[in-house]
Amino acid sequence: MGAQLRLLRRRIKSVRSTAKITRAQELIASSRIVKAQQRMQAAVPYEREITRAVTGVVSNTSSVDHPLTVAKERPSKAAVLIVTSDRGFCGGFNANILREAEALGSLLRGKGIEPVPFVVGRKGITWHTFRGREMGGQWDGFSDSPSYSNAKEIADTLIQTFSAEDGVDEIHIVSTEFVSMLTQEVTVKRILPLEVEETSEKPDTPLPYFEFEPSAGAVLDSLLPRYVESRIFSALLQSAASEHASRRRAMKSATDNANELIRVFTMQMNQARQAEITQEISEIVGGANALADAAAGKE
Amino acid sequence: MAKLRVGVVSPEREIWSGEADMVIAKTIDGEIGIMPKHAPVLGVLVEGGVLTVKRGGGESDLIAAVHGGFLSVADDEVSILAEMAELGSEVDVAAAKDALQRAQASIEANQEDADAAVAAKRARARLRAAGEEVG
Repeated sequence: MGAQLRLLRRRIKSVRSTAKITRAQELIASSRIVKAQQRMQAAVPYEREITRAVTGVVSNTSSVDHPLTVAKERPSKAAVLIVTSDRGFCGGFNANILREAEALGSLLRGKGIEPVPFVVGRKGITWHTFRGREMGGQWDGFSDSPSYSNAKEIADTLIQTFSAEDGVDEIHIVSTEFVSMLTQEVTVKRILPLEVEETSEKPDTPLPYFEFEPSAGAVLDSLLPRYVESRIFSALLQSAASEHASRRRAMKSATDNANELIRVFTMQMNQARQAEITQEISEIVGGANALADAAAGKE
Repeated sequence: MAKLRVGVVSPEREIWSGEADMVIAKTIDGEIGIMPKHAPVLGVLVEGGVLTVKRGGGESDLIAAVHGGFLSVADDEVSILAEMAELGSEVDVAAAKDALQRAQASIEANQEDADAAVAAKRARARLRAAGEEVG
């Protein structure tokens, strides 16, 4: 009996310290979500303007003939940029992304396109190395607060492989979109070749007819890579915010579970303690009775 | 008189937005001045350029160092999409001077040091935006 009591006490202690850790992680994550959301908001104006500029150029020049916008007739290789997190403790965050990436991979293979993974985040990298998969590129160390230079580095590598003679013909990006604090969705997007968004309905105001300094070609040359960078940057920021949100959720349910466990163990411990006391009392009473009986028998 | 609506944005944040009478920026082709009713333009900005926004109405001009990026003008809306930008009032003059000196030293050591040349350009633009004299 005493052994069981000690065992339960030890378990409660260990669960309690786990709960402390998960609670702290939860609080840290919630404070970081706010920061990540602010950074997401701050990046919106630039992205909006650059998207407007790209649509402006593309709708102006009737025949866009830039290497980054032309789709190859028979694509044979596709780069898949997979944005995961550096650290775990965030529920199904990474598993969801990797599952989606696998689905995209088999979809591409079905079309006769060989996917080449480019991975961001330590979790994704270990997942790929563990399975012995070749990676086209890997980056880590900035998943919870990416800077623009990180996005630039990734975009440079991707554009380089895209432009190379025997490089990839398409670039897809698998990342998590931050919808709200409670909802994050894994999305798959093709970023290259650029899809020129042609809306069937006319916009309210006709797009202005731009003049170019120095020329349409030169503007497009420097505009398109910036556009790709900005798309990747926004994916990184969204993924960072989502990572914190799903970590907060995972840690919250871990803390709740730990508290529930503590409650159950405490009850069991009290039962054990009471059983022990009851037994001791009955032993004492039994002993006293036996003594009394023995004394009565002598008389 | 009509005013221009100006926005200066970098990928990480919106640096400034407001109304102005005139915007002067430096594209690859040369300096360009934008006033209200300007035809739509999309221009590539030079590395290490200085952007001047004339706010009019007695307010002082806004000067910023802009490193690369684009200028887009449409319907009296001017957007400056800078890869990196800094308002003149935010420039750390001592740090910029220091950066300029270091860049010049490495250019002297190696004439083909492209990174240092860019760094020097940037430092000069930052100093100019801060209103310092640069040789």
